[in-house]
Amino acid sequence: MPLIRLEAGGAVTAAQDWEWPDAEAALPAQGRVVLGIERYLAALPEAADGLVMGVQLVPEDDPARLAAHVETLDLIAIAFPRYTDGRGFSQAQLLRRRYGYRGELRATGHVLRDQVGFMARCGFDSFETSRAGLDEVCAALGEYRLAYQGAADRLRPIPARRHDDVSETRNG
Amino acid sequence: MYRYDEFDRAMVEDRVAEFAGQVARRLSGELKEDEFKPLRLMNGVYLQLHAYMLRVAIPYGQLSGRQLRRLAEIARRWDRGYGHFTTRQNIQFNWIALADIPDVLRALADVEMHAIQTSGNCIRNVTTDHFAGAAGDEIEDPRPWCEIIRQWSTFHPEFSFLPRKFKIAVTASPEDRAAVQVHDIGLHMVAGPDGETGFAVYVGGGQGRTPHVAPLIRPFVAKAELLDYLEAVMRVYNRHGRRDNKYKARIKILVSELGTEAFTREVDAEFAAQREGEKIALPAAEEARIAAYFTPPELTARESSPVHEGRLSGDPAYARWARNNVRPHRVSGHGMVTVSLKPVGGIPGDATDAEMEVVAGLAERYGHDDVRVSHEQNLILPQVALDDLPAVFDGLAVAGLATPNNGLIGDMICCPGLDYCNLANTRSIPVAQDISNAFSDPDLAEEIGELKIKMSGCINACGHHHVGHIGLLGVDRKGEEAYQISVGGRGDELAAIGQILGPALPREAVVPAIESLVRRYMQLRRGPDDRFIDVLGRVGHQPFKEAVYATDPA
Repeated sequence: MPLIRLEAGGAVTAAQDWEWPDAEAALPAQGRVVLGIERYLAALPEAADGLVMGVQLVPEDDPARLAAHVETLDLIAIAFPRYTDGRGFSQAQLLRRRYGYRGELRATGHVLRDQVGFMARCGFDSFETSRAGLDEVCAALGEYRLAYQGAADRLRPIPARRHDDVSETRNG
Repeated sequence: MYRYDEFDRAMVEDRVAEFAGQVARRLSGELKEDEFKPLRLMNGVYLQLHAYMLRVAIPYGQLSGRQLRRLAEIARRWDRGYGHFTTRQNIQFNWIALADIPDVLRALADVEMHAIQTSGNCIRNVTTDHFAGAAGDEIEDPRPWCEIIRQWSTFHPEFSFLPRKFKIAVTASPEDRAAVQVHDIGLHMVAGPDGETGFAVYVGGGQGRTPHVAPLIRPFVAKAELLDYLEAVMRVYNRHGRRDNKYKARIKILVSELGTEAFTREVDAEFAAQREGEKIALPAAEEARIAAYFTPPELTARESSPVHEGRLSGDPAYARWARNNVRPHRVSGHGMVTVSLKPVGGIPGDATDAEMEVVAGLAERYGHDDVRVSHEQNLILPQVALDDLPAVFDGLAVAGLATPNNGLIGDMICCPGLDYCNLANTRSIPVAQDISNAFSDPDLAEEIGELKIKMSGCINACGHHHVGHIGLLGVDRKGEEAYQISVGGRGDELAAIGQILGPALPREAVVPAIESLVRRYMQLRRGPDDRFIDVLGRVGHQPFKEAVYATDPA
């Protein structure tokens, strides 16, 4: 599955850098593994020092349960089992804006080219999908110059920009 | 009215370019129809029975003459010479070729219009009172807040893949002409504890197959907190609304399954949890900037209008029209004119290109360039001096647009039905036409008085039958068209869902049944001011049920 990561000014393809162990498989003593939220929370107290854990959220999961761990997490993946299921957009905004998560936020699953713009605004910075290639993601990200709302990205919302003085506007 | 600045223009231009790209990918075969579907739906493009249909947004129902002329041009150039004004204060074009849609969107963008979010599971066009800014009973003009909501909801990154579509309506008068309590969110502007204006918030109303009147979840939200509170409602819905069943996915189901109290607690908790950096904090200067666009035209109050009064006494046709289709404006000596799109035997809400141009011309000449689309599928000229009323009437009459039936039995709401729509069970339009013809005598219609008939060709209730004084729902009964009749619905500040009278009637029994209902009402009423809906409230459904089923025991 291709992995696309946003970087300043664009996007690049990246190598898969995490393992996604089966639910039944024993946890390794080291490496980087992505776990479901229950398993992650259960494993936290006794995980080996050499093991780095990321979390995969499904739409039903409450991201508030990760609030106490955002400083230590390097990866939170949010699953989109169907593109029509938009719960992951709210999970992402909550993680970024309410709980202050600053690590990698990855959208996985049924992610369409025409959704990545909104996803980037909600704070996703990587995409693991068979539905959109690098060129498509780059094209999609360039489609809108502006936005009316504040969101997890740094885009200054139009209502505020309208009343910036000139020097502030220049700084973006 | 609101005008785009460079930011609004950039948003719409980017949308046109994006959609043009999507259409190109579809036409080249790169996108399959099922992949294209969610993209076109976000832009108001439906695949109907015979062709693609394009629904164009008319934010809160307001148009300038220039915009209405542009809609006429689109109807002429790319459609078959007409458009259909909807209960969402929008317009639909039924015969547009997919390849032409990017050009149509460019033509719309030229006049600051678009088709953004007129379909799809996102926040739809916000609607309001068609007399906003002109009505004497409003506490404040609701349109600036409609525009603020329009901008906030446009391409909202978090709320564009909701469980289901989402409709917000705003009103600012005690008499609710925007049916806010049958919307996903209804905002009723009210005076707060310190006298400042804010919003009573109703959530979870709607029609469709499970109609609900929205409960009040917060009696007062200050203006400065409105968008944050809306975000809280939307987030609770986006996270917890049902996604397992399309028919249970609207917010009304979430509210009713959780219960109003539990739902309200969820929203309040989400609202309270918002951190400073999450707050929208609309700059006061921005609120003022938007409000300034809605400064009312300078109208001079006049105690009398000899021109108008002279015509009233000498011309009964004019007098009848003025009596029914003109309501007093906030400024004396002026009126709010309803241009009926319900000619006898016509298709409710349809207007030809030529008709649109007539209305646009009258608005430009006599109406301060202000036209509204009402959710009852009429056009409104809300700012007309009584001195100019005879000229407006003459202009409308020549074009066949002076049907004097506003609020009367002929002023029906009707969905497009099986003539256009692939969801419909029945052909609702011909039934509406039959009812209209049966009550074509204007004396009779006036004698009957206010009576709102609303008709839907299927259970999705686009024709608002649940809130009709008389509601008609088309159903399929073993391959035959049949109609279920309900009475007692209303979409105003006393919102109520109509009660079904009995088994569905065959199509040919509908007009006789309406006639029976009207006859019984006339027998029961205490006088001409005792409206159908009032009588029903007093005597209940039984006499009406007997009236219908005694004449047709089927």
